[in-house]
Formats: sequence, C-alpha cells, structure tokens
Amino acid sequence: MLELQGIRKSFGKIEVLHGVNLSIRGGEVHALLGENGAGKSTLMKILSGILQPTAGKIVLDGTERHFADYDAAIAAGIGIVFQEFSLIPYLTAVENMFLAREMKTRLGLLDRRAMTARAREILAMLDVDLPLDVPISRLSVAEQQFVEIAKALSLDARILVLDEPTATLTPSEVEHLFKVMRQLRLNGVAIVFISHHLEEIFEICDRITVLRDGEFIGDCAVSDTDTDRLVEMMVGRRIENSFPEKPAIPADAPVVLDCEEVQLRKGGPVSSFRLRAGEILGFAGLVGSGRTETALAMLGAHPSVRCKVLVDGAETRFREPAEGLAHGIGLLPESRKEQGLITSFPILQNISINNYGKYRKNHWFIDMKQELAATEEAMAQVRVKAQGPHARVDTLSGGNQQKVVIARWLNHQMKVLIFDEPTRGIDVGAKAEIYALMREFTAKGYSIIMISSELPEVIGMSDRVCVFRSGGIVATVEGDQITSEQIMTHATTGRVQNVA
Amino acid sequence: MSHDANTVPSQSRSTGFSVAGLLKSPLALPLIGLIVVSVLMGFASDNFFSVNNLLNVLRQVSIVGIIAVGMTFVILTGGIDLSVGAVMALAGTISAGLMVNFGMPGIVGLLAGLVIGVLLGLFNGVLVAWGRMPAIIVTLATMGMARGFGLLYSGGYPISGLPGWISWFGIGRIGIIPVPVILMFVIYALAWVLLQRTPFGRHVYAIGGNELAAKLSGVKTQRVKLAVYGISGLTSAFAAIVLTGRLMSGQPNAGVGFELDAIAAVVLGGTAIAGGRGLILGTLIGAILLGILNNGLNLMGINPYLQDVIKGAIILLAIYIGREW
Repeated sequence: MLELQGIRKSFGKIEVLHGVNLSIRGGEVHALLGENGAGKSTLMKILSGILQPTAGKIVLDGTERHFADYDAAIAAGIGIVFQEFSLIPYLTAVENMFLAREMKTRLGLLDRRAMTARAREILAMLDVDLPLDVPISRLSVAEQQFVEIAKALSLDARILVLDEPTATLTPSEVEHLFKVMRQLRLNGVAIVFISHHLEEIFEICDRITVLRDGEFIGDCAVSDTDTDRLVEMMVGRRIENSFPEKPAIPADAPVVLDCEEVQLRKGGPVSSFRLRAGEILGFAGLVGSGRTETALAMLGAHPSVRCKVLVDGAETRFREPAEGLAHGIGLLPESRKEQGLITSFPILQNISINNYGKYRKNHWFIDMKQELAATEEAMAQVRVKAQGPHARVDTLSGGNQQKVVIARWLNHQMKVLIFDEPTRGIDVGAKAEIYALMREFTAKGYSIIMISSELPEVIGMSDRVCVFRSGGIVATVEGDQITSEQIMTHATTGRVQNVA
Repeated sequence: MSHDANTVPSQSRSTGFSVAGLLKSPLALPLIGLIVVSVLMGFASDNFFSVNNLLNVLRQVSIVGIIAVGMTFVILTGGIDLSVGAVMALAGTISAGLMVNFGMPGIVGLLAGLVIGVLLGLFNGVLVAWGRMPAIIVTLATMGMARGFGLLYSGGYPISGLPGWISWFGIGRIGIIPVPVILMFVIYALAWVLLQRTPFGRHVYAIGGNELAAKLSGVKTQRVKLAVYGISGLTSAFAAIVLTGRLMSGQPNAGVGFELDAIAAVVLGGTAIAGGRGLILGTLIGAILLGILNNGLNLMGINPYLQDVIKGAIILLAIYIGREW
C-alpha cells in the first residue's frame, strides 16, 4: 500500500537517514523501532510532508508521490498523531477536530449540529465515549489522544502514524488504545506504531521495521522474532541484564529523610515514608497517583495541606526548591526540556546554575576558571558525551541531557537526589549507564528516591518501593516482595485512608 | 578585548578576535545597523561626523540610555516595565519638591529620588513575583499611579529654583565629555559586570531561558525578579537626576513614551523580548542608534511627524532582519 524506498535525508552536510525502506500493507499495525536518534521521527516527518527527502521515493498505491507539505500528505490519506499533541486546550473535542475546516450552514455560521454528529460517528467507530462539550484540557491524556486519532480519521486517513502514543498512558488506558487500534485495523486503516516498549509491540503489532543510526536494519513479521533479537537489531549488540547489583543496605542505616506526613489535598490521604542512607526508594504507581506531587510537595514546589519532613532528625519545611538544595535535597525533574534544562544555556551554565555559591572570587563575582574546571570534572564524572562544556544542550541525546541535569547536583554536599522518571525517552544503552550512575551515587552515601512508571526499572533498581494510589502511599514493599504482581496489585486495588 | 567577555552565557566560546566570530556574536547586527545608519547620516549632513555633534548625540541619548539598562534586566527575565518614564518623572518631581518646598539639602533630595525609584520598582517586583500578576499589567498600573502622584504633588507645574550645582548632572562636562554621557557609560559598565560576572546575572538569564527549570534547580526566582524590577526603578531614578540637572526643575510631565523608546533600544540591541538572550552592550548600541536617527533626521530638516514614521519603519526593518540571525 505504502512504500518508502531508499529514503535519504541530509541537514547541511550531515546525512541523518542513509537509504531507509519502509513498506506498509493495508490494515496492518507496523512497528517502527529504534533507539532515540535512530531516525524514526525524521522518517515520519518525511512521510507527512513536513520534511523533504534528499533522495528516495514515496510510492502510495503503486504511484510515486511527492508531498510538498503537511496538507498534501493529509490529502493523500496520511494522518499523524505526534508525541506532543496539536490540540487547542480551551476548545472542545468537536471544535478541535474540525479546526480550520469547520462545517458551515448556508448562512456561513458554524454548523455545530453537523460537526457534533460527525464527531460522534467517528468516536462511535472507535468505540470511545468522551464528553464533547468541555474544553480538551479537562480530558485525560488518553482521551486527548483519542481526539487526535478521531481528528485524523475525520480527514479520511488510511495510514495513521502514532508517535509513542503509550508513553504517558496508564496500563488500562493503553489497553483501551490497543482496542481502538484493533478496531481501526479491522476497518482497513494501516497504523505505524512507534514505541520503546517491546512488550507492547509483541501485543499489538503485525510487522516491524528496525532503524539504527539512520540505517535501515531490517523488517520482519512479529511472529518471526523475539525480544532478544529485536534489542540486538536496535543496539547492534546484545545487552546483558542492565540493572546493577543491589548492595545490602544495613538494617540500622541512619534515616536521612523522614517524611512524617504529606497530605496533598484537603480530605485526601496522608502519606509517610522514610529514606535510609545509601538506599534507592522507588515510588511506583500509575500516572496521576500522586508520586511526583508528593515529592514536589516535600520540596515546596507543589501545594500541600500538610507537610512535615525531618532531615537528619531536624524538622524542616521547604518553601521553595532552593531551601531543599540548602538541606542537600535535589530534584531531577521528569521533563528535561520543560523543567530541567535551560536550553538557551550551554552545558557549562546548565551544570553550574545552582553552584555559584561555590565559585566565587572577591565574594561577589563568579570565578569563571573554577566554574569551568568544576564543570569539566562533573561532566567526566557522569560521562557526558559532548564536544565540550560550551556545547548547546539541545544538540545532546536524551541520555546525555539527563546526565547534564544529574551533574548539576554533584558539586553540592547532597544527601538526597529525587529522580523523576530518570530514563524516560532515553535509549537502552544510555539507560544502563544512568542505572550504573545511580548505584555509584548510593555507594558514595547518597540516598535516592526514584519515581518511575516503568515497572522493570522499579523492580530492578529499588531497595524498597512505596506504591501510590489516589494521591497517597498504599503499601511499601521490600526484598522478595518487590515483584510486578505485588506492585500492580497495590497500585490498582490498594486502599487509601482519607483524612479530613 | 576578548570576545568571550562580551558574550551571553549562551554563546559558544571563540578564542581571540576573528571576523567570523564577530559576525556570529549577537552584537553583530546592532553594530552593522549602527555603522550603516551613521554612514548614511554622514552623507546626508556634513555636520554629522563633527566631534561636537557626536557628543551631542550621546548626551541626548543618555536619559533613555540609562533607563534602558534597567529595562534590559527586566526583559532578560522575560518581563517588561512600562512604568519607567512615569517613575522617572515622579522621582524627579519629588526630589525637586523636597529641595524647593521643604528646603532640604540638594544631596538629600537626589538620594530621596533614588529611593523613590527603587521603592516603586520593588512594588512592581513584589506584585509580579509574589502576586503572580502579569508584568505588563502591573507596570501599566504603576505607570498610571506614578504619573498621577507626580501631577497631584506638583499641581502639574514644573518645580524650579533648585541649587545651581544640580545642573552639573545635566549639562556639566569633564574635559569635553558631557557628565550625563559619563554617567551613562559608568552605569552600563556596572550593569555589564552584574550580568556577566555575578551569580545574580546568570540567574537573570536562567529565568528568562526557563523559569521552571531555574526554580527546580534551586534558583530563588522570586527574589531575582524582585531585584530586576528594583534595578529598573533605580535606573529610572538615575535618569531623573540627569533630566532634573538639564532642565533645572522637577518635571511631572516628563518622560511620556520613554518606556517605548527604552524597549526599542533593548530590542534593537538584539535582546529577545521573550527573555533569556541578549547583551547589555547591545542595548547601548540600540540606544545610540535611536539617538543617531533622531539627530540625523533633525539635521536633515525632515518634518518631525515624518520622523516618527521613519523611525517606526526602521525598527520594524531591523527586527525583521534580526529575527533569525
């Protein structure tokens, strides 16, 4: 149905796609697989007319096509749901679906009835029920995604590209998405599915194309392959168990952080937990279960009703993250681009941004020599791969960006580091490096709180796990109890005690 | 002069002087604009390149130039300060009033003016940083109130009868250089040190680049924002001293529209209106560029109404050329 043949793409002198093939058959779910930077997004932008290939052919239904722009690709029946949605938050689902091609009555006014009817029809086809008359911003991420899919279908898309649609969904929402995808497949819509979760690919996909470093590595049917072989195709080498060994934490290890009570909202549950020296405490739970909010509330970066924290036995209340820093508690936020990096700064200032207290001369001024030396040392310590401390951070891979954010905290007398989704959007090889770094830190006496949506990561890294549900901790498991069954059971059925 | 010393933190380092390096600097475009406009004015008027005229341009530029320093700090954090012209007028009026009507020594009057400027700036800063109100609205309101207080206090008339030495700040000279010009350069030098050599300066850039990331990494963002508005109030009050010295009176009606000239100088100097990127030296160039336009168009005898049209068009053109530099 659709063939991309020998696609090459260069930006200036740098070629990023070296002759990639992709062949999609009608009514199949086709996985596009590769590490970050493998060229998946660039290829999809070429398919959707946003970028023009330097060489190669796009053949649709047997005829060669050129998509001059996004609109041309849409007209040819290609729909894309990007990772970052292109919905207007204040408009309703219907208004979003028909944005810029609103149906009109004979008087030239909006034909709201016809648009609503058409929207209902499409959503019914997807077997999705969602409110049509409230602003999109009040819908869940999954519902917004369905609106995006419905929007593409309303444009008669026959090929639908879903770029990491499951990254921000809860397991039950993923199930719903898969149901919708199967429905679409029955209707003859071909789907290109991009995901880093191999188990999802085995569950939903028919065929797979693997890219690595802009090279076409191969394609095959899902039934002809297995996880090990796919990983090998993706990274070009076999990856051994990527989690470092868990050291034994002495039972009498001192408690560095004793969170006696955190209550996020009035009438909600009250959580408490203790973090011991040298341990990794996992925060597990579904998206929206209050993991991140609890950690942020502790640092004073999120509102809370009650918050009582003892650092090394002394009661403290942080009004802003700067006070947490002063007490040796640092945060590595979940969204590097929005909360972590200052993209207008090079690596140097991104690392030194909260370190200026250390590099002073004559009290008032920055000691730039010392700043540079300390930054280079920190970069070496976490093994940032970049041209140098003056490189722009937005040119780095996800893994190296994460290392830059980590390095920011190394020049402090830190006790506690809070890693929020430490490996989100990071490829397999870099993940292993981040894990190794985390254990290096705990060996040096840091304690880590790791918030993660990836169960294997929680299980592989945590010494103990707090499981969250509905805004509070419902269980804390340790040792042999740390299994996916235990955690998921608590996360989906655990009871919280609400306190007025 | 080392190139590195002039760059914002966002610039990559190039060692030593090179033409390519200079072209990559965010100062390149403002500088080219300055040279082009100067050459054009030189052709159009024989007088333009005389030492006297050039010093005159700098003297005329000094008031808006000083105001634009504070404006640069504010814009670098992603904010805006519309109250600068009105704050200047109020600070000048009150300090003149204290000297004339209350018989206070001149130095007390001048210091009081500076204090008033800082207080008004801090007022803006508190409302923006802790009140979480949009800067454009807060400073618009302050602009109205400051203007109104100045007129209320003075009844709308200039307050004259100041001690003679005050005029030194407006029309004095050291050698052949006018005092206001020296004051302006000193203030720019201090601002440069503050922005490029202190932790505070880095925090200003960081907030404009990504406020949330800066906050989460431990920057005290609210305090930094308070400080930039305070600095803006302070530079407005400094401008008031120069103005008072030149006119030998407190002028409640002075400085109308200065906020727009100051913003124009900052933006012409290559600072991003969204914050995070820009250089204080660029603002100086931008202010001088505006001054040369004013001066040159006057020398050419162009209709003042038409001058406004030409200036507006040139600002648009400059921003258009610079948008993807």
